[in-house]
Amino acid sequence: MTLLLRGARIVDPSQDLDRQTDLLLADGLVVQLGDAIEAGEGVEVMELAGKVVTPGLIDVHTHLREPGQEHKETIESGTRAAAAGGFTAVACMANTEPVNDNRSVTEHILSEARRHSYARVYPIGAITKGLRGEELAEIGQLSAAGVVGISDDGRPVESAELMRRALSYSRHFDLPVIQHAQDMALSGSGVMHEGAWSTQMGLPGIPGVAEDAMVARDLLLVELTGGRYHLQHLSTERSLQLIQEAKGRGLQVTCEVTPHHLLLTDEAVFESGMSTDTKMNPPLRQESDRLALLEGLADGIIDLIASDHAPHHPDEKDCEFSDAPFGIVGLETTVSLCLDRLVAGGVLTLSRLIDLLSCRPAQVFGLEGGSLKEGSAADVTILDLEAEVTVDPRSFLSKARNSPFGGWQLKGAPVRTILAGRLVEP
Amino acid sequence: MPDTAWQAKDLLTIRGLEKGQVELILDTAESFREVASRPIKKVPSLRGRTLLGLFFEPSTRTSSSFEIAAKRLSADWVSFSSASSSLAKGESLIDTARNLEAMAPDLVVVRHGHPGVPRMLAERLGCSVVNAGDGAHEHPTQALLDAFTIRRSKGRLEGLEVAIIGDIEHSRVARSNIHLLLLMGARVTVAGPRPMMPLGIEQMGVEVAFSTEDAVRDADVVMMLRLQLERHGATRFPSLREYFEVFALTEKRLAGAKDDVIILHPGPMNRGVEIASEVADGPYSVILEQVANGVAVRMAVLYLLTLRREEGE
Repeated sequence: MTLLLRGARIVDPSQDLDRQTDLLLADGLVVQLGDAIEAGEGVEVMELAGKVVTPGLIDVHTHLREPGQEHKETIESGTRAAAAGGFTAVACMANTEPVNDNRSVTEHILSEARRHSYARVYPIGAITKGLRGEELAEIGQLSAAGVVGISDDGRPVESAELMRRALSYSRHFDLPVIQHAQDMALSGSGVMHEGAWSTQMGLPGIPGVAEDAMVARDLLLVELTGGRYHLQHLSTERSLQLIQEAKGRGLQVTCEVTPHHLLLTDEAVFESGMSTDTKMNPPLRQESDRLALLEGLADGIIDLIASDHAPHHPDEKDCEFSDAPFGIVGLETTVSLCLDRLVAGGVLTLSRLIDLLSCRPAQVFGLEGGSLKEGSAADVTILDLEAEVTVDPRSFLSKARNSPFGGWQLKGAPVRTILAGRLVEP
Repeated sequence: MPDTAWQAKDLLTIRGLEKGQVELILDTAESFREVASRPIKKVPSLRGRTLLGLFFEPSTRTSSSFEIAAKRLSADWVSFSSASSSLAKGESLIDTARNLEAMAPDLVVVRHGHPGVPRMLAERLGCSVVNAGDGAHEHPTQALLDAFTIRRSKGRLEGLEVAIIGDIEHSRVARSNIHLLLLMGARVTVAGPRPMMPLGIEQMGVEVAFSTEDAVRDADVVMMLRLQLERHGATRFPSLREYFEVFALTEKRLAGAKDDVIILHPGPMNRGVEIASEVADGPYSVILEQVANGVAVRMAVLYLLTLRREEGE
């Protein structure tokens, strides 16, 4: 199949490109990029004047819940949500049932993913067996089976000794160690950010230092081992400073932020009347943290944006704030939120946003895509910067509805995705 | 039965109330107070009304106070405690709410260990909901009865210096009192051990002190809080003995307060922990008056909400 995308504004930070031109895709690859490409015989042409074409967007932090928690999400529903949200690839975390801590689970996820051609699926393997933080998982076998990183996400690796060994051993397979950084003793029974709002509502708090302390420890271990470290959902000003300092010293360190930590604060917990859709971990932080994160995005310390798409069944979230599970969905809101609040909002250029949502994720995790250079995988996202959307969780293709962004009116939306040269129909 | 001047469906928090609403409750409580001194302690105001008490957390004092208040108003009072509720059988709170709704109560009083639960129920129930304490969030009727007690003693709330001392972090009583006292024009100082002083408390508009002496200096009112032993791990303070030695309200520490200072405590008291017996039983103590006033204030709340004027009428 050959597809010619004609007349779009093509934004590809991997080759410093941002201009109106044409793109020819064939046999799953980018064949030609340039002005006035002729449509030969049998070429399907899409006229895209006024639209934006980018390398396929990649969300490196999602929970697809399969196997074991199919009432929350499946690989099929999660990848359909990804496609609807403008993503051509997702990485899925290991906290399934059973945990993805051995090659047979990885192979199962990949074989399920092959049956549904909505988006590429990159499994993340566990760091420790059963996410228990006691023994290393079979990281070599996981790597051979196809994981692109290892993480006990949802749970931090608490033991410094085990973290040291994981950072060291994973070097054999060139896998990043992906950490949910949280000192569990400091976070205790907390359910939201510890600060003036948790104080006023009498909710137990998770202090920012719970993240900072763990990041500081981890960075010392990265220095010792020479390992690769990726910090998930960075949420505090202080841990951003720690990452910046570590990068300055040449450590192999990367980090991600989520749209919700960029756009909301702990005040949302109060304003929403303690809606459980404002409960996630790490929690929504205070305004000074949020502003620091926006700065970190603009000045390049932050490597990428990821949604931490964490679907839960409505019955699980429709309960007391303290009892509700942590997490919100993000696959179908991330792109519009970023286009409206970050690009139209003047925080970032469109090119920088695409770098954060496509090029950098591909580089950090060694994935296909992230570029429209000739010979690259023909994974493409088409955006309409003028589209007006109102977020309606009831219309999500994800099985879950747990979003704090319902009712938000946003300008800019994903239109279509193209996966390996084929239009995706989510 | 005439409609009351009250309009709001629920009483969930002190935050958000207006001065006039607080005054209406306190004035109404004043008129119910003498019922306790009658030989037959009953008025017919809520005859035929069904009031439900839902106590998802152990409560003796508050649940008894609400029950007596309801019965003195001639209401039919039914109460569930966590041990006998279906919550123990795994029913979700939402389903519990739906089942309650089906029994058509006029008002539900709810106590729960988690902040926000009364509000959750209020959003789902057509009847009135009264918060009888939700975690460390709020306990509005306690603050109202404290204000009632202070007003009866001092004749006013405005301009008073009030010290609230103890385990501020875990205290819903402190939070409701802070909102109410500031609303009514009092000044509030909170004090307690630093590990129990929650972050950002000063953003509620209070002064913060870290010794009992500093907090009570020139105080008109001292409110001691119960040390919530059941909510603490061993990381907040080393021992009860040390707590008493460093923070408890004793005669000596009270010396800097105004001569006519009054002492409140929401109970139950830990004698010899946060308060010395000589103070609890001393001449400034209004602790038992608080308990008596609690019934009158809760009568006022049940009466006003049950017979509220529908908005727009």
